[in-house]
Amino acid sequence: MRWIREHLVLLLGLLVLIYMFVPIFVVVLMSFNDPVSRNVYRFDGFTLDNWTNFCGAQGMCDALWLSIRIGLLATVVATILGTLAAFALVRHDFAGRSASNLLIFLPMAAPEIVLGSSLLALFVSSGFAGQLGFWTIFIAHVMFCLSFVVVTVRARLAGMDDNLEQAAMDLYATPSQTFWRVTFPLVLPGIVGAALLSFSLSFDDFIITNLNAGSETTFPMYVWGAAQRGVPMQVNVVGTIMFLLSVAIVVAGEITSRRRRAALT
Amino acid sequence: MSQVADVQRERADDSSYDGLRIRELTKSYGVFTAVQHLDLDIPRGSFIALLGPSGCGKTTTLRMVAGLETPTSGSITLAGEDITFAKPYKRPVNTVFQNYALFPHLDIFENVAFGLKRRKVKDVEQQVRDMLDLVELGSQTRKKPAQLSGGQQQRVALARALINRPEVLLLDEPLGALDLKLRRSMQIEIKRIQVEVGLTFVHVTHDQEEAMTMADTVAVMNAGVIEQLGAPAELYENPRSTFVANFLGQSNLIEGTVLGRSADVTTVDMHGIQVSVPTERTHTDGDKGWIGIRPEKVLIGEVGEELDAPGNTIPGGVVSDVSFNGVSTQYLVRMPWGQELQVFQQNTGRVRLFRSGEPVELSWRPEYAFLLDFSQDASAGAQKGDD
Amino acid sequence: MTSTAGVAPVAAADVRADTGRRRGRTGYLLLLPAFLTLLLFFVLPFYSLVATSLYDPSGSDIEGYSMTYHVANYWDALQEFWRPLLRSLWYGAIATVICLVLGYVLAYAMAFKAGRWKYLLLVLVIAPFFTSFLVRTLSWKLILADDGYVVDLLQFLHILGEDGRLLATPVAVVAGLVYNFLPFMILPLFASLDRIDHRLVEASSDLYASPFVGFFKVTWPLSLPGVVSGTLLTFIPAVGDYINQVLLGSPNQRMIGSVIQSQFVDANNYPSAASLSTMLMLLILAMVLVYIRRAGTEELL
Repeated sequence: MRWIREHLVLLLGLLVLIYMFVPIFVVVLMSFNDPVSRNVYRFDGFTLDNWTNFCGAQGMCDALWLSIRIGLLATVVATILGTLAAFALVRHDFAGRSASNLLIFLPMAAPEIVLGSSLLALFVSSGFAGQLGFWTIFIAHVMFCLSFVVVTVRARLAGMDDNLEQAAMDLYATPSQTFWRVTFPLVLPGIVGAALLSFSLSFDDFIITNLNAGSETTFPMYVWGAAQRGVPMQVNVVGTIMFLLSVAIVVAGEITSRRRRAALT
Repeated sequence: MSQVADVQRERADDSSYDGLRIRELTKSYGVFTAVQHLDLDIPRGSFIALLGPSGCGKTTTLRMVAGLETPTSGSITLAGEDITFAKPYKRPVNTVFQNYALFPHLDIFENVAFGLKRRKVKDVEQQVRDMLDLVELGSQTRKKPAQLSGGQQQRVALARALINRPEVLLLDEPLGALDLKLRRSMQIEIKRIQVEVGLTFVHVTHDQEEAMTMADTVAVMNAGVIEQLGAPAELYENPRSTFVANFLGQSNLIEGTVLGRSADVTTVDMHGIQVSVPTERTHTDGDKGWIGIRPEKVLIGEVGEELDAPGNTIPGGVVSDVSFNGVSTQYLVRMPWGQELQVFQQNTGRVRLFRSGEPVELSWRPEYAFLLDFSQDASAGAQKGDD
Repeated sequence: MTSTAGVAPVAAADVRADTGRRRGRTGYLLLLPAFLTLLLFFVLPFYSLVATSLYDPSGSDIEGYSMTYHVANYWDALQEFWRPLLRSLWYGAIATVICLVLGYVLAYAMAFKAGRWKYLLLVLVIAPFFTSFLVRTLSWKLILADDGYVVDLLQFLHILGEDGRLLATPVAVVAGLVYNFLPFMILPLFASLDRIDHRLVEASSDLYASPFVGFFKVTWPLSLPGVVSGTLLTFIPAVGDYINQVLLGSPNQRMIGSVIQSQFVDANNYPSAASLSTMLMLLILAMVLVYIRRAGTEELL
């Protein structure tokens, strides 16, 4: 009894954590589901068909492929732009720095529906109402990923000991050599983290995308539409894969940093 | 102030000086001046310490020599070459940083080899191994800095700088983060290495014991200027300002009025008692002065006791505090004029321990006393508690 | 020689900080692409949004709109849709409070009680976030189904009536909101709590404070920055979200996000949609400013 009292907070915390994972279990479970009818969302029987016949669901793979393409492109652009901006904000002094900081922060503080609406308003009043599609989605994604990239890279950069660059120059490294041999390797984990974050934000976005997609369908839009018509179980397969992939990436990251830390005689 | 003309004039002299020469070096940040018209000559192969409290400008001076700060005016010449505005990667100068600044993403070998590789030196491997052996880290080449202890990291930082055989090696309070025992042993280590490799070392520190132990020459700095420059013993025994007298060890400073000056001796009236100070230890021209005597030079004895050597005798003291420190006993003695003087008595066993409240007589040999400018603050440089 | 009167030495750190940042044009150049992007696709759209909200409502997608500064759009939209608007704010607030309670418990456990497992737990908190939002929410539809275990259990405990249900009720919507935005609450809270020196709480108990008092007097005030960030990062998106409502609720729980969406896409009533969007933004902005001011200056407890 006393043990419970002492560890009460920890136990409660773990309960919350379990609560967070319950739907994940359901997603994984349902990926093996053999549904009796399309409209009833419930576990009926076990099957591997959803995994083997991955693209069997009409339109899902196309939507998936679109989401991946947009995600990769938006990630590359947002990461590059955001990293440059982070360097500017941390390492350089110029008029309007605090205003820029605010500008970077604002998109993270606005509700998605407002961000999406305003972009749509822009596209329509600029005369692009008929051309909503890949590029408008791309633009929207770059826009909201940018802030997250800047914040992530900036945190990493600001936490760097600036003595290190001075030490490099003291040891005969030119500014260019200092950047590529000291600064960049040390910021890289932040850049990679920002890129991963950016990709998942882009891939998973629904509200903003829905307003600006025109006739294109991304994966979240596909699921949304399917929710009305009857959800194919392959959707859960995608969900499970995404979850396993993200866990794998984090675990891999943890292992590589552990291995670097382990003493080698 | 025409720095260009001055520099050009001195170039003739500077180009022949084989060592580090600093002339009129100044660094200001707006209204605040960190270093003021500093002049310093450091001969090749010497070990000099820049000693002073935080904010005195010693680190700023060091960084200007390294090229990590740009001087506001003045010049820095190294072996005849003007390096005042040269980029740090173009100077034959290396720095051991206060927090080591080891590259966390590179292992020890790569850290130490860094400078060599940037200079495209051949046969890096052997040199790195030799250097790591010199600092006794030969077995740790593939570890990352985070896996080493503070003392080991410190040695890597030293090796990384030394391996480039710079004209001048700069050390920015490198021992600050180490515990006492380690610090002591590293002080000896670094001194030994300096003697062995014969390079010029400039060591910045606020620890006066460290400076006096390691350096051939000490420059005591305060508020951007050098107060006094000389060998440790010289500075300690014959300080020229109250700051130096208080910053190195401790001093008793007693008010006195100059009665007369002769070729050998200055006679001073110290609250009714006549004391004498040798002329070469008199550092003031004024009518009044601070008579300085170090606590360990003050002899404490019974009232009316025979002294073993004639000297300045000061009667009328009363012990107000006794502190037994094992090696020595520290007394505070209240004098008739109200001041409390510090006396350190080594516990040789020959003199008995006095108790609080006892009347005593103090004396010292005149050759240990010094006389300082009365307009200076008697408490300047005094360390309050730990630094 | 200068007098050595005691100068107050400026700490070496101040002197160095001055030379940390570089001046010059490089900063502008580096920032330029990102700045332009945000200017074009974040600032400018707001201008378009407000402009659109003032269009003559008699225009359309095909014919185009004419700008007549029709401020009445706002009043019309408000009259028609004040219920979903208020409802969104209300649901958002409830969800935020629940998230705060649950999130604080977990963040506290992670920061203070987890020891070695701290970062593993952090990974576990973030991991579900990378699974599709929609797919996760669909799972809740299964879990909270009328013939599912949860409803059965609640009926057994007489918390729900015999033919009570969870889906298509506000409970399900709020539960969905809580679930989906919990990580946004936990992460800032954890960051804030993790920074607190444990010895401060020890010091408070050394000074006769019970664990309860120690929490309210030491831990809670020090974690306030995290609480402020967490609540903002949860409340703002929660108000605008409509996915949970559509998937788990019913049209009775219609939220403003869904209204705006349908006004744009289904009703093609751009001015109405834009004015609702603008009102939402302004409301949130006002609430945030008041909140920050109060949380910043007030001494809680």
